[in-house]
Amino acid sequence: MYDIIIIGAGPAGMTAAIYARRAEKSVLVLEARSYGGQIVSTPEIENYPAAPHISGFDFATKVYEQAVELGAEFRFERVTGITDGSVKTVTTSGGSYEGRAVIIATGSECRRLGLPGEDKLAGRGISYCATCDGGFFRKKDVAVVGGGNTALEDALYLSGLARTVYVIHRRDSFRGDGATAARLRSKDNVKLVLNSRVTALEYGDRLTGIEVTDNDGGVSSIPLDGLFIAVGRTPENAPFAGLIELDGAGYVSASENCRTSVPGIFAAGDNRTKEVRQLVTAAADGAVAAGEAIKYLEGSGF
Amino acid sequence: MKVIEVTAENFEAEVLRSDKPVIADFYADWCGPCRMMRPVLDQLAAEREDIKIVSVNVDDEEDLAVNYGISSIPCLIAFKGGRETGRNIGLAGKDAVLNLI
Repeated sequence: MYDIIIIGAGPAGMTAAIYARRAEKSVLVLEARSYGGQIVSTPEIENYPAAPHISGFDFATKVYEQAVELGAEFRFERVTGITDGSVKTVTTSGGSYEGRAVIIATGSECRRLGLPGEDKLAGRGISYCATCDGGFFRKKDVAVVGGGNTALEDALYLSGLARTVYVIHRRDSFRGDGATAARLRSKDNVKLVLNSRVTALEYGDRLTGIEVTDNDGGVSSIPLDGLFIAVGRTPENAPFAGLIELDGAGYVSASENCRTSVPGIFAAGDNRTKEVRQLVTAAADGAVAAGEAIKYLEGSGF
Repeated sequence: MKVIEVTAENFEAEVLRSDKPVIADFYADWCGPCRMMRPVLDQLAAEREDIKIVSVNVDDEEDLAVNYGISSIPCLIAFKGGRETGRNIGLAGKDAVLNLI
């Protein structure tokens, strides 16, 4: 039996673990993959106070080590559901665990383009992580599809490795950070393909190119060695859909106090309804959710 | 058991001729997610005596990486009796790793 079970070891979940351990609560963190969450695919974090040039991996590793040092227990198992009660049972692929309070900090996963061949080509020319796979495309031709911060950062990172980087975006301006967009525009080997969508993948055993359709209906083909897909993310809340209230897009309906519709279950980070999804707000959510969970434990007679 | 680092020299002995099923982790030091696979693999290696977990550095062992068609890492390949039985690209949790066997 744990005081608090935290689902997800990203910045929100691991920050919650730090705060809960410092309040001397016993903590189990369950994670389907490994620690870190989305931030690990960021090559360089430039907007976190006091850590202006740290890599996402280094950041996540420091938070992980901090949580472990404080005594949080981590198990790398996928959570399949929660049974509510005065004690909550969290079931995983490997077993089940009992906790008095639960913090759901599952974050989100990469959205796919949904084109034929996409699944088969993952790892054969299609990637969802530029910092992981960029090294395989040195002096090759690649494209990034998307217009948000992740797409811009990926394109900038790849421009230092690849021969040509095409950026395919369906609008005429980027949603992402203006400073990053400006740096991208200054790169000689970056070609912006705006007002356009990727409408087909061209491939044999591997990806060989993409078909691009512009907003006026013009179709063209771009030969490529690699395609990096950065078209946004969807929350990973499916295992909890029957238990707690989600909004229409699948985010946990929780306000700034991180409380869900079920007492004793809290939501922290990118998987809840919120205005700003940034590293610093995820960490902040972790602190708030841990504080709320501790209040709940102390008020609930345990 | 611990995770064993293998090279082209001992790949055949440690992986292809292993009497236990093997999970081979193809990784590089510059790949953050690869390094994050390590706590998962360490936990598995400590818990499961019936499987062997090895790691292959794709920068040092280019021939092995090319032979196994690695172009995306982290890449885990499962071997049984010297034959590939499953492959996972990207970060994987313990259950996803075990599903490869």
